[in-house]
Amino acid sequence: MKWEVVIGIETHAQLATVSKIFSGAATAFGAEPNTQASVVDLALPGVLPVLNRKAVDCAIRFGLAVGAKVAEKSVFARKNYFYPDLPKGYQISQFELPVVQGGGLTVQVGGGDAAYEKTIRLTRAHLEEDAGKSLHEDFHGKSGIDLNRAGTPLLEIVSEPDMRSSDEAVAYARALHGLVRWIGICDGNMQEGSFRCDANVSVRPVGQAAFGTRREIKNLNSFRFLKEAIDYEVQWQINEIEEGRAIAQATVLFDPDRGETRMMRSKEDAHDYRYFPDPDLLPLVIGADWLERVRGELPELPQQKRERFQRELGLSAYDAATLTASQEVAAYFEATVAVAGAAQAKPCANWVMVDLAARLNKEGRDIANAPVQPAQLGGLIQRIADNTLSNNIAKKVFEALWNGEGATADAVIEQQGLRQITDSGAIEALVDEVLAANPGNVAEFRAGKEKAFNALVGQVMKAAKGKANPQQVNALLKKKLAG
Amino acid sequence: MSLTLEQVQKIARLARIEISETEAGTTRDHLNGIFQLIEQMQAVDTRGVEPMAHAQEQSQRLRDDIVSEPDCRAACLAIAPETEAGLYLVPKVIE
Repeated sequence: MKWEVVIGIETHAQLATVSKIFSGAATAFGAEPNTQASVVDLALPGVLPVLNRKAVDCAIRFGLAVGAKVAEKSVFARKNYFYPDLPKGYQISQFELPVVQGGGLTVQVGGGDAAYEKTIRLTRAHLEEDAGKSLHEDFHGKSGIDLNRAGTPLLEIVSEPDMRSSDEAVAYARALHGLVRWIGICDGNMQEGSFRCDANVSVRPVGQAAFGTRREIKNLNSFRFLKEAIDYEVQWQINEIEEGRAIAQATVLFDPDRGETRMMRSKEDAHDYRYFPDPDLLPLVIGADWLERVRGELPELPQQKRERFQRELGLSAYDAATLTASQEVAAYFEATVAVAGAAQAKPCANWVMVDLAARLNKEGRDIANAPVQPAQLGGLIQRIADNTLSNNIAKKVFEALWNGEGATADAVIEQQGLRQITDSGAIEALVDEVLAANPGNVAEFRAGKEKAFNALVGQVMKAAKGKANPQQVNALLKKKLAG
Repeated sequence: MSLTLEQVQKIARLARIEISETEAGTTRDHLNGIFQLIEQMQAVDTRGVEPMAHAQEQSQRLRDDIVSEPDCRAACLAIAPETEAGLYLVPKVIE
């Protein structure tokens, strides 16, 4: 039997506010326990929630960025359950009328020739408050409760079950992660729990219209775990069904050490949240003027930039997607092209995505702190374009710029005498020298050994200290050997 | 609609209220009385009436994103039954 995988993802993004969603306590990560828990967050009697305008701003930004309907009127509801890190006994969330309704996210799946584009529809996104943290280390058989996180604003973003593989799920999660950072509503720090994913996974025979029974994998805090957890879960579900056992609806946890998912609670224990409108909060009304103001503040979105890079600069979909992974990368690339010229967009893309990225990666640096500025890289690419530098020597110049050995590519080329030799007389002299000194290679080439040609090219480049124009060397060698 | 004793017990469990069997019977009768009132209301034709989210015809007031609450840990921990290392201690909970 051939199986089809069906995945939907719920994401909790902590919003980039300095204060909580319903109180004036700070939201900074890593503070001493309970120093950022106000009487509202602690649910002491008589306190009332007051909604943070910035949190609503963030929700509107997101709604506009994914082409969703931003509700003119949305309602806060109480989601009731008992857990010590939720002092009120309910979480303030949104249920029937969420602030963001519908929308979609177009994502690039995979790379190279197998890459394809897919639009994942969104169901909704709603505002809610985060819970505190329970610490289960040994406090004499008790649990410790830190309520600093209680009341931190969250946007819960719910996708439709549109993903058909773990790769699509990861592509969606990455694109969403990139987007919330791009529009500045979430810092995206997954280690600190700012961006957490739950995956709803089911399988069905290919061609069957009805969905299979799903299991929800909770709290996946890295893209790698998301993929591993889904792959494990899918295989587990297929094995169960093929061995004649039905899948029961359940919530499961992923254990990264063992690479397995395991049951947290079954459907019988599923929470019955008894949602109802929160009488402490009035309906949230978002007028057209507010919407238009936020629309005016939005930057060019990754999707728009991607399309423009393809249309105006002739980049491939893959390159355009890679270069719009974050605002910083896109800004660096655009500043490089501004210096090198639009005709050099493809080489600029390659330098940013390959050489620069590898060097940054090696030193664990951000692109914003790259020692080589876009203007310097653009200047370097100009010198490759006008044949002053071969690609190989250009890498040396890049290294010199990285190490601060010169302010511009031109300065490095002059100081270190790296100008490419394009004078055909000079190259011809070198070629003649090499041919005379290597009769063995010449004979081999004439006997049909193609490899001997490369050896000769190598000798000429060596004699030129790498500076001879490779195309000219090739052409001249071919001409001489033929003649 | 009327509730069974089992449903009453479930509601009590969800609300973390302990009730005896006798109380469950009384509670069921009370709740069923309320359901009768609800049934009367549900008989009213409400087509075209927008569901009301709040008794007041007003919208939510908003506050600016400013940290205005000082750290009140010492005062709040002082009234808790048990604390350690700045944490509130509660009976062990692991799901």
